[in-house]
Amino acid sequence: MRLAWRELVRRPSRFIVAGGALTLLVILLLVLGGLLDGLTAASTGAYRSLGVEAIVYSGESRASLLRSRIGPEERAQVAGVPGVLAVHGIGVALVAGWGPRAAEPVDLAVLGYGAPTAAVPSPPEPGTGFADRTLAEEGLRVGDTVEVGPARVPVRIVGWVDGTRYLAQPGLWVAEATWRQVLATARPDAVLSPGVWQALLVQGRGDPAELAARIDRSVRGVLALTLDEAISRLPGVEAQRTTFLQIIGVTVVVVGLVVALFFALVVLERVGMLGMLKALGASGWQLAGALVFQAVMVAGGALVVGGIASVGLALAAPAGIPLELYPSRLVTTAVAVLAAATLGSALSFRRVARIDPASAVGGGG
Amino acid sequence: MPALEMKDVRKVYGSGEQAVVALDHVTLTVADDEFVALVGPSGSGKTTLLSIAGGLLRPTEGIVRVGPHRIDEYGPKELTRFRREFVGFVFQGANLVPFLTARENLLVVSELAGADRRHARARADRLLDELGLGGKADRLPAQLSGGERQRVAIGRALMNEPELVLFDEPTSSLDSHLGEQVMQLIRSEVKGRGTAAIVVTHDRRMTHVADRTVEISDGRLVDQGA
Repeated sequence: MRLAWRELVRRPSRFIVAGGALTLLVILLLVLGGLLDGLTAASTGAYRSLGVEAIVYSGESRASLLRSRIGPEERAQVAGVPGVLAVHGIGVALVAGWGPRAAEPVDLAVLGYGAPTAAVPSPPEPGTGFADRTLAEEGLRVGDTVEVGPARVPVRIVGWVDGTRYLAQPGLWVAEATWRQVLATARPDAVLSPGVWQALLVQGRGDPAELAARIDRSVRGVLALTLDEAISRLPGVEAQRTTFLQIIGVTVVVVGLVVALFFALVVLERVGMLGMLKALGASGWQLAGALVFQAVMVAGGALVVGGIASVGLALAAPAGIPLELYPSRLVTTAVAVLAAATLGSALSFRRVARIDPASAVGGGG
Repeated sequence: MPALEMKDVRKVYGSGEQAVVALDHVTLTVADDEFVALVGPSGSGKTTLLSIAGGLLRPTEGIVRVGPHRIDEYGPKELTRFRREFVGFVFQGANLVPFLTARENLLVVSELAGADRRHARARADRLLDELGLGGKADRLPAQLSGGERQRVAIGRALMNEPELVLFDEPTSSLDSHLGEQVMQLIRSEVKGRGTAAIVVTHDRRMTHVADRTVEISDGRLVDQGA
């Protein structure tokens, strides 16, 4: 290892090309991952903030709030299922809103709810609402009145809540009456009768999956999902996640190939030196271990430089770009890059093993 | 006990009609403090003999002993360990690791063996002093002359206190004056330590420093010297 380390320190220029390529790939991986996390947060924040065990939709809704209708009868039946502690309604209306100082309208997800969630306090008075903090970037302030929907229903902001966007639109959490008013003016075709909600939020005890399955079995005509299942079935979320993960996966493979190609060339270039070291008593494992060590160090350097650059990019990115770099993303990217570098360099093992120590002597006949 | 004993050693490359006999029933004994020069034309089998004596190649037939080690029976792992611990090599053109200092080139041997670092460093410094390179221990090979590089290579070959040191054309890249100096240095180093040595050379002018000159031709020893 000392030999490998000394080469890295004394001949850094030999590794600059590979290190530079890996740094760019690390930045690409982190930006892709950050965009995925940002988009996911923007699409699913409202659901993640609910803090419930299960969400119940109507059976034909295919887990869409906008297509779902749950009446008082089903609600009573759900409330009676063993393990269910509390049931509350929720509904959403996707509309535009006009702030007092904005020339352009902002997109809003007006969420009507019946009880406090993990991130949102108890429903406010009718005509008021808790707004997602991202609306502050649109110039809105607490105390401002936003005119919501085509009928310009006035809603005064009484506080901020964090991470509650729904399908990339900032959440505006309002009382049941306000939501029904907005929904009725925005979607006259989708007016709901009193007591009918789009979905039910279920708090319960025990395993959420078992609870959801029990509700499904006990109440006809409903679709009960755990919160995680409901999040993954939000429109576009799974497709978006799959697409990004495929691109990220291909990029990780490219990392492995870059390392494999680089170290294949390094081995080719060093056949003489490696043969000499074998003649002096170096085992194939010692030499292969040195290659892996160098690959991991180069990848580690690329992770540090690429990580700093990516964090800088995330901080400098305009508010409209949903780039969120979470520590977990940095860790998973580091693990993936180091694993790819290890595997990539390991492809040179066979070549190293085949170097004949006798090649160190010769030419004399 | 002789430092090297080869009995009826054959080395055949390839098989069938493609077979090439590189060594043909070679029998050679080198005493434990003997300095032997091995000469012969190109393709005569010098390198093959040296490689088998150093555990770099296994013979097709015959017995090879280096000190108490019956290396013709060794597998690849045992041969690797044998080379690391019991023989020293000096390759053509010194063949030093270019990004290591003179001292570190000597320490490579002990690092491969996982030896005590402090003890190894003291030995490397002592060897470099003895070889007249005490003030140049921290220089890279590129900062040394050809003769100095060859001396570093000799120091590296002596690091593991070998029973047998094998020199592969150690003067091939040096002019005759410097070559003579290096051969004299090799002689004084191996004789001073009571170590056996075989020097492969194509330059017969260099053989007079050896105790004995062995000539090889077409894979056979044609003259075992006096």
